[in-house]
Parts: sequence; structure tokens; C-alpha cells
Amino acid sequence: MQFIPNSPLKQAMLKDIKLHTIDDLFSDIPQKIRIKDLHLPNGLSQQQVEEQLRKLAAQNKSFCEIPSFLGGGVKSHYIPAAVKSIISRSEFYTAYTPYQPEASQGFLQAIFEYQSMIAELTGMDVSNASLYDGATAVGEAALMCTRINRRKTFVIPANISWEKKSVLKNYTKGAGITVKEVAYDKKTGTIDIEDLQKTIDTDTAGVYLENPNFFGVFEDRVDEIQKLLQKNQPLFVVGVDPISLGSIKSPGQYGADIVIGEGKSLGNPLDFGGSTLGIFACKNEYVRQIPGRIIGMTKDQEGKRAFCMTMQTREQHIRREKATSNICTNEGLCMLASATYLSCLGGKGIQELSAINFERGQALEKKITAIPGFTKMFSGVHFNEFVIRCTDAKKVHRYLLQNGVHGGLLLEPWYPELQNCMLFGITELHGETSMERLVSLLKEVA
Amino acid sequence: MYRSAVYDEPLLKELEEQHEKERYTPTAGLPSSLQRTSPVNIPNLDETQVMRHFFHLSQMNYGIESGIYPLGSCTMKYNPKICEEISRWEQFALLHPSQDESTIQGTLKIMYELERLLAEITGMDHFTLQPAAGAQGEFTGLLLARAYYEYNKDCNRDEVILPDTSHGTNPASASMAGYHVIEIPSTKEGTVDLGMLKKALSEKTACFMLTNPNTLGIFESEIVDIARLVHRAGALLYYDGANMNAIMGKARPGDMGFDIVHLNLHKTFSTPHGGGGPGSGPVGVKQKLERFLPVPRIVKKQDTYGFCYDYPDSIGKIKAAYGNVSAMLKAYIYILLMGGNGLKETSEIAVLNANYMKKKLVDSHLYELPYKELRKHEFVISCERLLNTKGIRALDVGKRLLDYGLHPPTVYFPHIVKEALMIEPTESESKKTLDIYIDTLLRIAQENPELVKSAPHNTVVRRIDEVGAVKNPILTWKTLEKPKEMTVK
Repeated sequence: MQFIPNSPLKQAMLKDIKLHTIDDLFSDIPQKIRIKDLHLPNGLSQQQVEEQLRKLAAQNKSFCEIPSFLGGGVKSHYIPAAVKSIISRSEFYTAYTPYQPEASQGFLQAIFEYQSMIAELTGMDVSNASLYDGATAVGEAALMCTRINRRKTFVIPANISWEKKSVLKNYTKGAGITVKEVAYDKKTGTIDIEDLQKTIDTDTAGVYLENPNFFGVFEDRVDEIQKLLQKNQPLFVVGVDPISLGSIKSPGQYGADIVIGEGKSLGNPLDFGGSTLGIFACKNEYVRQIPGRIIGMTKDQEGKRAFCMTMQTREQHIRREKATSNICTNEGLCMLASATYLSCLGGKGIQELSAINFERGQALEKKITAIPGFTKMFSGVHFNEFVIRCTDAKKVHRYLLQNGVHGGLLLEPWYPELQNCMLFGITELHGETSMERLVSLLKEVA
Repeated sequence: MYRSAVYDEPLLKELEEQHEKERYTPTAGLPSSLQRTSPVNIPNLDETQVMRHFFHLSQMNYGIESGIYPLGSCTMKYNPKICEEISRWEQFALLHPSQDESTIQGTLKIMYELERLLAEITGMDHFTLQPAAGAQGEFTGLLLARAYYEYNKDCNRDEVILPDTSHGTNPASASMAGYHVIEIPSTKEGTVDLGMLKKALSEKTACFMLTNPNTLGIFESEIVDIARLVHRAGALLYYDGANMNAIMGKARPGDMGFDIVHLNLHKTFSTPHGGGGPGSGPVGVKQKLERFLPVPRIVKKQDTYGFCYDYPDSIGKIKAAYGNVSAMLKAYIYILLMGGNGLKETSEIAVLNANYMKKKLVDSHLYELPYKELRKHEFVISCERLLNTKGIRALDVGKRLLDYGLHPPTVYFPHIVKEALMIEPTESESKKTLDIYIDTLLRIAQENPELVKSAPHNTVVRRIDEVGAVKNPILTWKTLEKPKEMTVK
């Protein structure tokens, strides 16, 4: 049997340890619950499996076959070959969590570099070594706020993705946290500041703001928000698209206490929505309440620089039910991809990339809204996603699809008030031709 | 003698040449309140420098192809290359989660079939693939339990019972799901104490969480009685699937009476650990819990596959999109490669390898085996005798193994074994490798204690000051720039 080298040595090994049959090894399992075999087909050769998977792959249409303008937080970005090369090194991708630091210095240092770059981008003091994704990061942030200030409500904008709301509900249920929603301004698409002010009270543990928000719109009144939070002093949690941070201020500069986000865009493929990477960073004063692993720099017994997992008394393998989170396995390899990605781009590259995404977002929006029947839903300045309303979004979607282009995300199922609205997204990966193709198809269907 | 690669690898930050700060050109058109005003302070390096940096780091890291990696309860088996390669095909890797269903039929079919393969392997009725890791699977399972009791208007169940051998994630997940945790001590045999369990069970019990075989590697032979007791109390029985590699094709948690099961695809089904993820922690349930499973569910309508959200009693979502799909894909490929016969052989040889190692080590009388003789895919030995006679601790043995180029086992877990070494060789290792590991452990026990206590000697760094790392936290480049007493060699 492949991948089981001792198959042919079974009898000899059994004899060596004074047993007769394999069954002797399982004599402690009561007969009553023993099974003879699994009702599954026998194993296939690698070649057979590859053939079978080719057939399945052919039933998918990748971004390369059908250019997609889907928004919704997840978008395809170019991944340098160097990133793929590094994460393909088996010393990295086959390793376990670095419990033995002397045998894991490489990964540990890479995480330290990641933490440093995330801290820089977000304007926070520290970052953890990753959470599962941007959605669970919101849940963990809410729990962390309550741990810090013992208050029991968490305030979110009504216009975050329904997925995040659902995950948040599940994460906060056990801790008895109430989630309150703040309306968005129907004109600008940004948070309704008056409603925010009304919603916050002395029991507000944290306020979550997304920038850019789910509609792609920048929350530009951050200074006012920071000011109004001073009254009841809830913690300020900001969710980011890390690529936008190359051209806009870091949330640290407008008073965030915790910064979170989906980090997939930094060097990880779409992977049908997973694998993902939850970014989680905070101010120094809250570090002992942070969920997940943290790597610290220290010395070995000879004074040489060394890295290890640190502040582990927060974690489940030490604290058990009193841990700050149950997270154990995180998203190590996605984190490594992001660290490599950020290193390949450098500060300058991220700035350029961010500017390109912003400019393309503007350009495509102008082209689409120039077509009669397609209007921009919100007046706020957007990054690389935007909401367009048309007369029959489903028809547009179907027409595009029939013609080999995937349109924006249909918002109506999740936001009934956004009838016939589509959330378009664009990145540096969308060539001029696919943009032109989209625009001409929209003209045809209009 | 083994020597690990050693580079005095600078930080990325230190690789950058110091030069004049460039002026930052803002992007036109952004709201002025958000306009970035200074450059992003991440080093600008050439690709050669970046590649060399991470290449050096990779060489200072131990992976499954470096050698045996027998961490107990972690199932560090070989990760077939074909799984990696196929998962990176762009028809799989470049799919957007919101793509029209007509353009993702291949992946939907794989997910649909994987759910059913896992159901057959575990004897459960339905699966969700959404949880991102084992711990998230536990959390999901406990939320399902909550939803089940709420649905049945049985609202006073706020306790989760677990044995003192349980993984740390069990109590942490229970606590996150809002439950009080009751830990019960194990018997002298290292198994669940039925008397204690009976005492702990009540109308307040929501779940009893159990790993079987448990973390000592011992099969809970009284599992049928345990299930009966738990169900008689109106509670649910939860299976932590971290040790599933021991019993595939031999016994199934569903047949034992478990109601909720999580698996770790990154353990049993060979998807790589990635230095700590991405993992995948699917959850299987019996029929009575199906209506609560996370949405979307994957459904088959004639010959096409699609997502269905129409489950009003569902707990909703536990993670964005559908879980770590790339890990699911790798596990699916692995199951096709192994087949029913191969998975059974996997467990048989994993258990044979563990018992082979255990017998050789225990016969030496240098290490002791607390509790029962027969183990499954892992076993826990104690270094207590070594500590008493030579002052050598489990930690020292582990560190000394590194000098021989071998990865240490899990140490100091489970907590009920003093000076524990928890060894899980998996089916991937050859007899030759097992013999080398055994011989090395025996040799270490007879080495000069000072040599062992000061190990490792041949690794990239010597023993690390972990206490210093907590007392004086340096967690980013920024902290480093603020000068402290840190000296760098």
C-alpha cells in the first residue's frame, strides 16, 4: 500500500512484539462495535486519481476562463511566483505549529516578520500569528472587548456582510453579548453617525467599523467617530482591506484599539473562499487579552537571537477553559504567504498596488454609470468595489454569464432594500480587454 | 552526527540599505480625512534578497520530509505530493466563493462526496465541512448542542463534562460556547471512571466530550456503557476526532453511540499542517441534529449540485464562505488514493507501529508505561525514573532528540502522566526509522546527564529563554527599535 512502508513487514513486527495477528492489536474494541470493512471503493493509483480530478476540474470555470467582477470582500489579486515558491517548500508547509522552537526557528522568524509588517500596515503595536478569517476575527474582537472592559454589547454597522453577522452571533452567544446594529446613510453608503451616537451607551464594549465598508465605500468621517467614542469609551475595532492601507491612513492613526481583516488578498489564491487568513492586531496595552498565538524575539542560552511562541498562558493548551480563545491550528501557511507577499512588494509596491486598485475602481465605475440604466447607488468615495443599481440585475447577471463574463454580486438576497443592486469588484488583475468586454455586454443588455 | 543548517539570518528590516526617506506621493481622489501622508514602512528589497531570506528560514525549519515527527495527537503523517499539486490547479484555486453555481459544479461535487465519505468512515448521518480546524469543529459541535436543547425547550443544560485526559481545546471550546466545564479524573487504568461520570451527569449536562482512543492511546472499551449513561441523562456524546487515525475500518464513533463528531482533515486525512494551518475540522452529526447544521448545505438536484440556505433552524455560519476548501480537496484526493482498504491498512499499521515502539521502549526499563498495556496509534511513556535517578526530565530528552536530527514527541501531555512523552509514529514511518528513534531514546537515557540536560547542541539555536520572552516582550520590529537591554549576536 502506498504511503505505508511497513505493510510488508506486518508479520515480522507482530512476531517481534509477541503478537500473532493484527486483530490482537484491536482486541480492546468490543466485538459489538467492530466493523469488518469500510463500504468504500478500493484505493486508486495516483494516475487514476489525477484523471478523475481532471474531469472534475473541467466542471469548474476559474477566474482565467471567466473573468469575474464579483465584489464582497474577496477578490483575485496577482500572486508573484516567488510567493508560491516559498510556500511550496516542504520544510514550511509540512511542519506543525512551532512547539519546538529550536527546530522551528525559520517559521518563527517568518511569523515575527509577519507580525511586524501587519503592525506597520494597521498602525497597531502588535499582531497575532493569524486567526481563521476576517469573519471569525470580528467574533474574537467582540469577545476580547468584553474581556477587557466587562461590558456586554457590541455595536456593528448594519451594512457588514451577512456572513460576518452570522459568525458574530455564533461567537458572542456563549458570552451573552448583545449585538446592536447601526443604520447606514442611504445616500452616502457610510455609517449613520447620529444613529451610532444614539446606539452607544455605557454598556458598549466595542464599536466595529469597516473601512472600506462592505459596499466598497470609505468611511471618511473617522475623526468625528473617534471623537464621539470618547464619551462612553468603548473599544474601537476597525476592519480593513489590507491592500487599501497602501493609500489610506492606518486605523491606528484614527484611534483604533483593535484592527482586524481578511488577509487572503495578501498572496493567497481565492480557493473558493478558503483557505483564508484572519488579521488581528491591537494596541500594546491589550496584548494579554489577544486571542491566538504570538511569537516573541528572545535569546538562547548563549545570548544568540532566537524566536519562540510567547504569552502562552493565554492559550488553550495551558489555560484550558480560561483561555482567551479555543484557537489552536490557525492559518500558518496563509500567513507565511502574506509575509512573503509583503516582502516581495515592499512598502513602495503596496502603495502602488493600492493606488492601482483605487484608480481602477474609479475608472470602471465611471464606465458603467455612463451606460443608461446603470447608476451608482452610494455617493461616498469607494475603493475597488462599488454598488450599481440597474433595472433587472438577475437578467444582467444571466446575460453576462452566457457571454463568458461574471458580473457583480447580487445583493438583494441579503439586503432586500437593495433591489436590483450588484456589488462590483475590480483589481489589478482585470485587464483592459475584460473591462471593455464587461462594459460592452452591459451596453447590450441595458 | 546531525547538524542543522545555521544562518545568522537578519530580519527583513535589517536587510534594507539605509537611505534617504523618499517623499510620499498621495493618491489623488481619496477623502482627505483618510489620505495616507507617509510611506508604508516595509522594507523595499529585491526578489533575490527576499527569496534568499525565506530560503534560509526554510532551512532552519523541520518538516515532515526532514524526518520522523511523532507528536502525539497530531498525526504528522506524510503529505502526498499529488494532493498539493492538484489543489493548486487554477480550476480549483481560482474560484470565487460567490461564483454562479453553474461554474463550480466540480468543486461542489467534491464537497458533496467528501461529506458522504466522511459519514461512512465515522458512521454519522450528516456532515458540515465549514469549520476551519479541529477546535472550531468542537465549537461548532457545541453550538449545535445548544441549538438542539433550545429547540427541544430543554434550557437548563449548561454543563459540559470531560475527562482529565482531554485536549486543551475541549474545555476552551466548551467555555466559548457558554458552558461550565466539569473535569472528571480518570481511573487507574487511564480510562473514563464510570462512577465519576455517573456522579457528574445530571439534568444540567449538555455534553460529555471524549476522545477515543483517548490521549493516552487507550481505547475506551466501556464506550457502549458510557454512551448509555450519557443518553440516559438526556445529554449528548461528543467525539473529538483527533485520534481517528487509530480506528478507521475497525470501529466507528457513530456505532459507539456518539452524537456529534469532529475530524481533523489535517491529521487523519493527510492535509499538511502548514506550520499551524490551514486546517479543516468537519463536523458529523446523527439525524436528530441535522436541522441545526451550518448553512449553506450542499445539495444534489438530479445531476447538479448547489447550495441550500433554507434551513430555518440552522445555527447559521461559523466561518466565512464554506470552510478551508483547499484542505477539503486534498483530503478528498487522499481518500480516493487510499480507498476503504487503504484507510483500514492505515489504522492497522499506525497502531502496529505505536505498539512496536512502546514494547521496545518499555522492555528496556529505562522508560515506564503508566496505565494499561495495549495502546492504539499513540502511547505515553514517563521519564519519571530518569528524573529520579539522573535528574533528566522529559523536556531534556526531547531537546536531546533534536541533536540527533529527530523531532521530539509531545511533552508533558496529558497532564495526568508525570514527565510525559506522548509518541505517535503514524503509519508513514518505516521500521528502520522506528528502530533509529527507539535506539536514540534508549541511548539518551544512558548518556551523560549533563549532556542531555544542556541539549540541544547541534541546532540553529541552543535552549531558548522563553521566560525572558514573556518578561520583556519583543513582538515586532517596532519594539526592537526602542532600545532595551537586548543584545544581538
